[in-house]
Amino acid sequence: MRTAAIKLLLFLLCLLPFLHLLWDAFNGNLGANPVEALTHRSGDWTLRMLLITLAVTPLRRTTGFSLLRHRRMLGLFSFFYATVHLTIYVWIDQVFLWDEIVADIIKRPYITVGFTALMILLPLAVTSTRGMQRRLGKRWKSLHKGAYIAAALACLHFLWLTRADTLEPYIYIAVSTVLMLLRLKREQILGFFRR
Amino acid sequence: MLIKKPDSIKSSEITSHSDYLRRRDFLKKGLYAFAGLGLSGIAEALVKAPGKNPAIANLADAGFSVDEDLTPYDLVTSYNNYYEFGTGKSDPVENSQAFESRPWHVVVEGECEEPGEIDIEDILSGITQEERIYRLRCVEAWSMVVPWVGFPLATLLKRFKPTARAKYVAFETLHDAERMPGQKRAVLDWPYREGLRIDEAMHPLTILATGLYGELLPNQSGAPLRLVSPWKYGFKSIKGIVRIRFTEEQPQATWNMNNPREYGFYSNVNPRVEHPRWSQKYHRVIGGGIFSSKVKTEMFNGYADEVASLYTGMDLRKHF
Repeated sequence: MRTAAIKLLLFLLCLLPFLHLLWDAFNGNLGANPVEALTHRSGDWTLRMLLITLAVTPLRRTTGFSLLRHRRMLGLFSFFYATVHLTIYVWIDQVFLWDEIVADIIKRPYITVGFTALMILLPLAVTSTRGMQRRLGKRWKSLHKGAYIAAALACLHFLWLTRADTLEPYIYIAVSTVLMLLRLKREQILGFFRR
Repeated sequence: MLIKKPDSIKSSEITSHSDYLRRRDFLKKGLYAFAGLGLSGIAEALVKAPGKNPAIANLADAGFSVDEDLTPYDLVTSYNNYYEFGTGKSDPVENSQAFESRPWHVVVEGECEEPGEIDIEDILSGITQEERIYRLRCVEAWSMVVPWVGFPLATLLKRFKPTARAKYVAFETLHDAERMPGQKRAVLDWPYREGLRIDEAMHPLTILATGLYGELLPNQSGAPLRLVSPWKYGFKSIKGIVRIRFTEEQPQATWNMNNPREYGFYSNVNPRVEHPRWSQKYHRVIGGGIFSSKVKTEMFNGYADEVASLYTGMDLRKHF
């Protein structure tokens, strides 16, 4: 029962940024450039949810506090915000100008890496069910390590679209790096330096 | 050298805001009478000036306008790139309210016969300020339409008698991290620098703006004095100018120094030359709302008839 309550609470917490975004959109609170605001805020929450998901295991190891039961939901929320982000880009920003969209994905490195990150998250979302987890067995674990690659690409996406003030993307890069290092086993790190 | 006058604008010289509104009302009625029902958004939007700053008296209508609707005052003054007050779009309005734009002096130096330091009030005395409604196209692919108040840059430059060696004009923004908190971080190489070729600087479209919407410039828009060259990307229109220098060599320009591959010295609005990271073919009109589609960007931001001849024979892909 307690788990269910925590799950519900977490679910609502994760949904809150989306509801806030909708609220601001309907009330005209998105400022002078609402399309930019929608794009940036959905992108921010994709990356934040992804890093929160990746923090579950290190958090359990270092503090004993475990959200492992809810990690799937956290990951799916990241995918949800990524989908919102893409939808806003295709529908509201580019207004289905497919030529421009395809050209963007091919020509603009920041969009290429962002799109790749989403393409990596897609199979993770699809195989996130318990059934798929069972069926894939050991391969499930290695497949889902792709989340780290997606996080790295998402950080790069943010860094490369920034004009001059790179402080914020570097904060995300620092957090991702720490999470990745924490995830590696001590032996792996020592092994890397012994080589 | 010009002699300073201690007084700023006398309050008696300032048109009260209510009078100003009536002026526009009169204009609006006139437009109704003249054009029947064809009332454009221009008169509508102008009356929305909030009276936050003193109105500028005796404005001349120099006849510079555009077909597009004006961007509402609150959007023009709340969505700004002015890194001296922070890099977020709403940072300038939030962080510039304590900024004192008077007293203000501009140093004019370099290749001219009469260099000197000039007080902002001396700049304005004896100059008829004009309303100039211009398109503004940001390099980030968004646009506004702003009713500037100002005067041709050439009018000021000629007072200092530039010599034949003056091939360029360089500008600098105030560099004072106490007054401009964004300068505490080295996001850009302060002070902000910009430059124009002398013929661009002398072009009748190029103005120094002191106001917008009939009122003194708010701090976040570059008070008390900023450049406006409407056929170039917005970052060329340097704000808070304290130094003007005539030079023989092409001067430094901040964004060009920051990333020469992405920002050229000329930075003319050009839909055919892409920013390496994004397209310049379309832009978003600020104030259009969530579901407004992007519009096509015009060569020289729609001012090709006026300025294309400045670049005859130049490869604008190379000199972007």
